[in-house]
Amino acid sequence: MTNKQGPQTAEAIPHRERIVNDLSMVVATVNGSGSQTSNTALIRAIFRMGIPVSGKNLFPSNIQGMPTWFTIRASSEGFTARRETVEVLVAMNIATFEEDLSGLVEGGVCFYPDHFSAPETRPDVVFYPMPVRSVIKQVNPPRELRDYMVNMVYVGVVAQMLGIDLQEIRGALETHFRGREKPVQLNMQVVGASASWARENLQELDPYVLERDSQTEGMILIDGNTAAALGAIYGGVTFAAWYPITPASSLAEALQTYLPQLRKDPETGKATYAIVQSEDELAAIGMAIGAGWAGARAMTSTSGPGLSLMAEFSGLAYFAEVPVVVWDVQRMGPSTGLPTRTSQGDVLFVRFLGHGDTSQVMLIPGNIEECFEFGWRAFDLADRLQTPIFVLSDLDLGMNMWMSRPFQYPSEPIDRGKILSAEQLEQVQEFARYRDVDGDGIPYRTLPGTDHPKAAYFTRGSGHDDRAEYSERPEDYEGIMQRIARKMETARALLPKAVIERMKGAEIGLIAYGSTDSAVREARARLLDAGVKTNYLRLRAIPFGPEVKDFISQHERVYVIEMNTDGQMRMLLQLEVPEHATRLHSLTHNNGLPVSARWITERVLEAEEV
Amino acid sequence: MATQTETKPAHPGNGNLIGLRKSDYRGGKSTLCQGCGHSSIASQIIAASYEMSITPERIIKLSGIGCSSKSPAYFLNRSHGFNGLHGRMPTIATGAIMANHGLKAIGVSGDGDTASIGLSHFIHLVRRNVPMTYIVENNGVYGLTKGQFSATADKGQELKSAGINPFMPVDICMEALIANAGFVARSFAGDPKQVKELLKAALSYDGTAVLDIISPCVTFNNRDESTKSYAWARAHQEPLHDVTWVPKREEIQVEYDPGDRIDVEMHDGSLLVLKKLEQDYDPTDRMAALKMLAETSCGGYLVTGLIYIEDNRPTLTEIENLVEEPLSVLNEGKIRPPRETLEALIQTFQ
Repeated sequence: MTNKQGPQTAEAIPHRERIVNDLSMVVATVNGSGSQTSNTALIRAIFRMGIPVSGKNLFPSNIQGMPTWFTIRASSEGFTARRETVEVLVAMNIATFEEDLSGLVEGGVCFYPDHFSAPETRPDVVFYPMPVRSVIKQVNPPRELRDYMVNMVYVGVVAQMLGIDLQEIRGALETHFRGREKPVQLNMQVVGASASWARENLQELDPYVLERDSQTEGMILIDGNTAAALGAIYGGVTFAAWYPITPASSLAEALQTYLPQLRKDPETGKATYAIVQSEDELAAIGMAIGAGWAGARAMTSTSGPGLSLMAEFSGLAYFAEVPVVVWDVQRMGPSTGLPTRTSQGDVLFVRFLGHGDTSQVMLIPGNIEECFEFGWRAFDLADRLQTPIFVLSDLDLGMNMWMSRPFQYPSEPIDRGKILSAEQLEQVQEFARYRDVDGDGIPYRTLPGTDHPKAAYFTRGSGHDDRAEYSERPEDYEGIMQRIARKMETARALLPKAVIERMKGAEIGLIAYGSTDSAVREARARLLDAGVKTNYLRLRAIPFGPEVKDFISQHERVYVIEMNTDGQMRMLLQLEVPEHATRLHSLTHNNGLPVSARWITERVLEAEEV
Repeated sequence: MATQTETKPAHPGNGNLIGLRKSDYRGGKSTLCQGCGHSSIASQIIAASYEMSITPERIIKLSGIGCSSKSPAYFLNRSHGFNGLHGRMPTIATGAIMANHGLKAIGVSGDGDTASIGLSHFIHLVRRNVPMTYIVENNGVYGLTKGQFSATADKGQELKSAGINPFMPVDICMEALIANAGFVARSFAGDPKQVKELLKAALSYDGTAVLDIISPCVTFNNRDESTKSYAWARAHQEPLHDVTWVPKREEIQVEYDPGDRIDVEMHDGSLLVLKKLEQDYDPTDRMAALKMLAETSCGGYLVTGLIYIEDNRPTLTEIENLVEEPLSVLNEGKIRPPRETLEALIQTFQ
């Protein structure tokens, strides 16, 4: 089983054309071994060289000792979705070495610690052994940091062999350690020693090269959950409650990191926000709704299991018309249903969350910029529409590293919606909390604490008249339901429109949403290579705007691409345009991994019988 | 945020210190059964708020689901109210108070709400010391769903439709103490004076004030042998002390020998005067309070009064280090960081 042939030579490996800035690299490590710093340094260094890049952490639900994989994709074409092929393997986990190796493309590259025995199963692969132990011995870092430093060896060797600039590794480490020089220096010692060793001892036998480009200038590299939290902070979040859950925790944790930096009163140093880690998700949304009712810009963030606990409160907020923002960073099924794997399986559940005719308003960011933008816009919409706003992200978008244009500062002032002050109450004859004064279905509200005898009203579930008095009169109930339906028509016009991209002469349509956007874009390019032109509509909100129906009516066949098994969005679209229901075809991918462009391309070609 | 105005003199015939009449504190017409203990408590909330001259607009009323939770509609019409979900009132209260910590919150819950479906929220609310008055209208039975046992029902008790209860009751005061509550009191709806004085003390307290009030259900649980009935509670009530709440800076009118009384100074400067009755009881001794509850829960007594008080626990508002102005009314300049901060932040992701 072991590679006893010694170092490979140039003669043994056929010469190949150089492949520049186009590779997918997998770093296989043991969970909890501290590889995050190394992987972040690699990806950020490539990014800083101007090469479009993305990073995905494929991890099982464990804390320590189990295999985990970090994937870095560099793409000169700018595609950042998961790629199914792996060209470069950094095999740091002996337990999965053989399996990892079997996933490499023909003629791929494998870096491995020289104290591992490389399997002999892949004679086509270029092997680069790395002297992990001797480098660590030479640098001699403090004992407690040794495990982390082991991972820096592959950073140095990989950088040397693929052409990553060591100065950019240093810059990436400076970002990672927020300018603390000591850890940067220590890590760079290991990186430098490893790179020198590789320069002197390894012969370049593989075709993969990373070369400086200029495609990331001004861009940022960040995960969607951090972007969402920052968006919320610039949207004026004043209250957040949450309960820990993968893959949503890092959103609330980013709030905890950045709120103290950005939202302290400059004079008193006191907080202009409150954040509470609650006893469960039920309490998290209850607190957010209580805060929203009392006038806060209130939010919570969760994933599927937490959302299940939030069902009753979501319905209450819908009927009591309380503004609140709920981020759902989607994962797969209940309980141990792949908690660390991505999915778009909550679409139908969220849309109808609550009992008794709820049609919740949803925003669906498709990239980092939109995570930030919908982060602030969701509060304006919640306040304007006086209803819960659900923002559907997913594990892939939320927890993985994406390249993005920088965030745009909010383009509109904060909108608090229809709130009557004491002065305004003085001027109105009567304040009726649930009366449609303006004909848009949106009533006026007052905040608790408004100093006017007319201000108070009593909030309760759906059984109330337009003065918020308890009522079981049939006409009152119907009146409330009809007005909320009008309000939802108003919502259509206020929500972000779908994004449509066309190709001249295209006959088929693709509809997608959320994190699949990057894979769909790449698939469209590959389909075009195969002679199939496509128009593409990316949904960004529900209820849908009129452009969605128009798009469907313009195409004989529309493929709805999504990461769930049942084609949940396709069903919602069929409800929206029953007259065109048969034009809509599902392409569903639901195995825990982000969908790839290759998968989409193949499925469309299959369906189109090309 | 001041809830009392001290400048105006009292005009007994012309309303309270802030010029409001008692009718300004009333609520809607009750739909509860005639003689329900909850109605008596609602009356005392009205009386206490009026007598304390609290601006009704500065109160919020919160409740869950059940007969008790309907009652906020029957007092303080000029206060905002939120009749939420079964057992979840503590969560709504927590959020609302964080959004506007200048408000006084009165939560009304029942024994189903607090001791069953919402027990965890209750404990966590107390644990966080969310500043509010938390009233449990405790009748040992589910009234709105017609007579099932609640978790505070007596072991061995028999109810018409529910049969015999085989389980030990949950003691709400003991739960509160174990969760480190700083204000725990028990009273009886049939003792309106004590209810009112304890309510005033609770409303003057700076953290979570838990008030467990035995409030008989005349329809489903008022047979003489039930510990939640009027007859039993009247016959077995053992007050720990005689309670009088004295407003801030008012001369203490109660003429007790200082040796016979304990004065508890409240956070807002008011005073709670506890006159000793038969036995010495020190409401600042937590272990003694737990011991007393453990001993009397099976002893055939209804011990009422201030069971425990501690006034220096930090509230959630203090822990969150909130700005003075309520979060709900902060303007854009205070809640949206300036453009240059975003530009600086973006650089850290490059």
